[in-house]
Amino acid sequence: MLRRFLQHKMAVLSLVTLMLLALVSTGAPLIEGLFGLDAQAENLFHRSQPPSLAHPLGTDEIGRDLLARLLHGGRVSLAVALAAALASAVIGTIVGLFAGYYGGRFDAFLMRFTDGVISLPLLPLLIVLAAIDLSKLGLPDSFTQSENVSLYRIILIISIVGWTTVARLVRAETLTLKQREFVRAAVAQGATNGRIMRVHILPNAVSPIIVATTLSVGNIILFESVLSFLGLGIQPPVASWGNMLTNAQELIWSAPQLAVWPGLLIFVTVIAFNFLGDGLQDALDPRAID
Amino acid sequence: MIFRYTVERIFQSLLVLLVLSFLVYGLIGLMPGDPIDLMIQSDPNLTAGDAQRLKAIHGLDQPLFERYAAWLGNAVQGDFGYSRNHRQPAIDVIGDRIVNTSVLLGLSLILSLAIAIPVGIYAALRPYSKTDYAVNLACFAGISIPPFWLALLLIILFAIVLGWLPAGGMMTIGDGGIIDRLHHLILPVVTLTIASVGDFTRFMRASMLQTLRQDFIRTAQAKGLSMTQVVVGHALRNAMLPLVTIIALSFGRLFSGGLITETMFAWQGMGKMIYDAILGNDYNLALIGLMFATALTLIGNFLADIGYVWLDPRVSLTDRERSQ
Repeated sequence: MLRRFLQHKMAVLSLVTLMLLALVSTGAPLIEGLFGLDAQAENLFHRSQPPSLAHPLGTDEIGRDLLARLLHGGRVSLAVALAAALASAVIGTIVGLFAGYYGGRFDAFLMRFTDGVISLPLLPLLIVLAAIDLSKLGLPDSFTQSENVSLYRIILIISIVGWTTVARLVRAETLTLKQREFVRAAVAQGATNGRIMRVHILPNAVSPIIVATTLSVGNIILFESVLSFLGLGIQPPVASWGNMLTNAQELIWSAPQLAVWPGLLIFVTVIAFNFLGDGLQDALDPRAID
Repeated sequence: MIFRYTVERIFQSLLVLLVLSFLVYGLIGLMPGDPIDLMIQSDPNLTAGDAQRLKAIHGLDQPLFERYAAWLGNAVQGDFGYSRNHRQPAIDVIGDRIVNTSVLLGLSLILSLAIAIPVGIYAALRPYSKTDYAVNLACFAGISIPPFWLALLLIILFAIVLGWLPAGGMMTIGDGGIIDRLHHLILPVVTLTIASVGDFTRFMRASMLQTLRQDFIRTAQAKGLSMTQVVVGHALRNAMLPLVTIIALSFGRLFSGGLITETMFAWQGMGKMIYDAILGNDYNLALIGLMFATALTLIGNFLADIGYVWLDPRVSLTDRERSQ
């Protein structure tokens, strides 16, 4: 299995890249301290500066260090994407497991519901969900006013719509697994439904969940970045790669260089997750023909 | 049998549309501000009593379900309410927008397929060769590039640095001839095509590769047909079948990509209209736009299901249902 994965050169390269990205963005405060950079410090005398010793990638439109902001943005973008992917995988696994295991009307209902969610126009719907006024839902002000609420919101709304792929895969896997001898043996021994699902079915359905979740991270980063770019996702002053590009669009005539780095990092991260998913698929599911 | 299946699927789709319309209606109501507050803001002479009366006139004091029922009742008669920002009935706003979106999405879909089908076949005929890897890499790049960033880069390169193409809009004011309009279409179409061509190409390659492994291909080769004859005469039609399904299923994603592209290039289509309506608290317009987008996705799903059964005589309906 490991050998098959290592043969997929792009996947290995992607894994290394992602680990490096995760390392530098989690270590952002350390790196800032080491090089004397500061993501928050504004300096109106050094607006949109070209790269220099003090600012390795230059500064943005209000004189903040671009490299430091990119690192902080990476922290947010990666954390949000991983959390949303994980939450989607959990919801999808539960739905798929129950639908496949209990079958019948329950299955039909859950699957029609899944089809309904799949047929929603994703981006317009995410824009609506991102624009919802949380105070109208009766949430306390202390929560809706807090700085990190845009993070939780984006994780929540992406998981609301993102679980369908995993649900279908897990259901299909459950349908075949529950016919297998070892599951029947467990039933004959009087194991409870919960135990059969947890101990006998779920561990055998892990490969497709891992592959689908890895592949979904890339898509989630794309959705998060476009929502943040449109001003509906992560809210400034918290930096994300997406919202760093919002201002870049306004400054496209005066400082086009600001548009390059955040987008490039999104691109590299997304393509790395996609290759990683592809490699994992080859390694974990050798039967699948590409 | 097929007829009955078709009718059943139509009713199913309408039912889903109904449920989704309620959902979307409820969500729109949760957006910031409400129409009466906005009226009060724009007219300081309105008193609290006036506001109450206006709420009653527009039925905004009713519970959600009754408001929805009233909206639905009007909607099925073709009355989707008044657009606040455009100052005309919402239904009148969308006419041009649908045309503009169709032009953009249609051209980009045709261009994507014109690239994806031959390239996918070419790669499938040389699996695991250098060319195949290069095509695969290009596909992954296209799938992974954020469309709004791609649009930014294209604007920087072609509109700012080179100055060859306009940065956005539908036409130059005072011109508007067909050449001028096509000029404005180039960057949006290219952006959307790059975003969607990768998936189609990968799918075409996989489908062709699978078809070429089948027995009837070996038979055709054994008859002494050339590779071109085998591919064009025998493999292509079979390999295209799943592609048709994928095209129909990709309507929703195409629309999402269209929303980004239209917003970036100020292309006056449905996607940009929905985005502007949501940000501008134009509830009626946002609703009709979202309903349109939902209907489009459902039509795509419907066509995929029906097309599958119509195009492939081997598929029996019971098989299809079992596989779901």
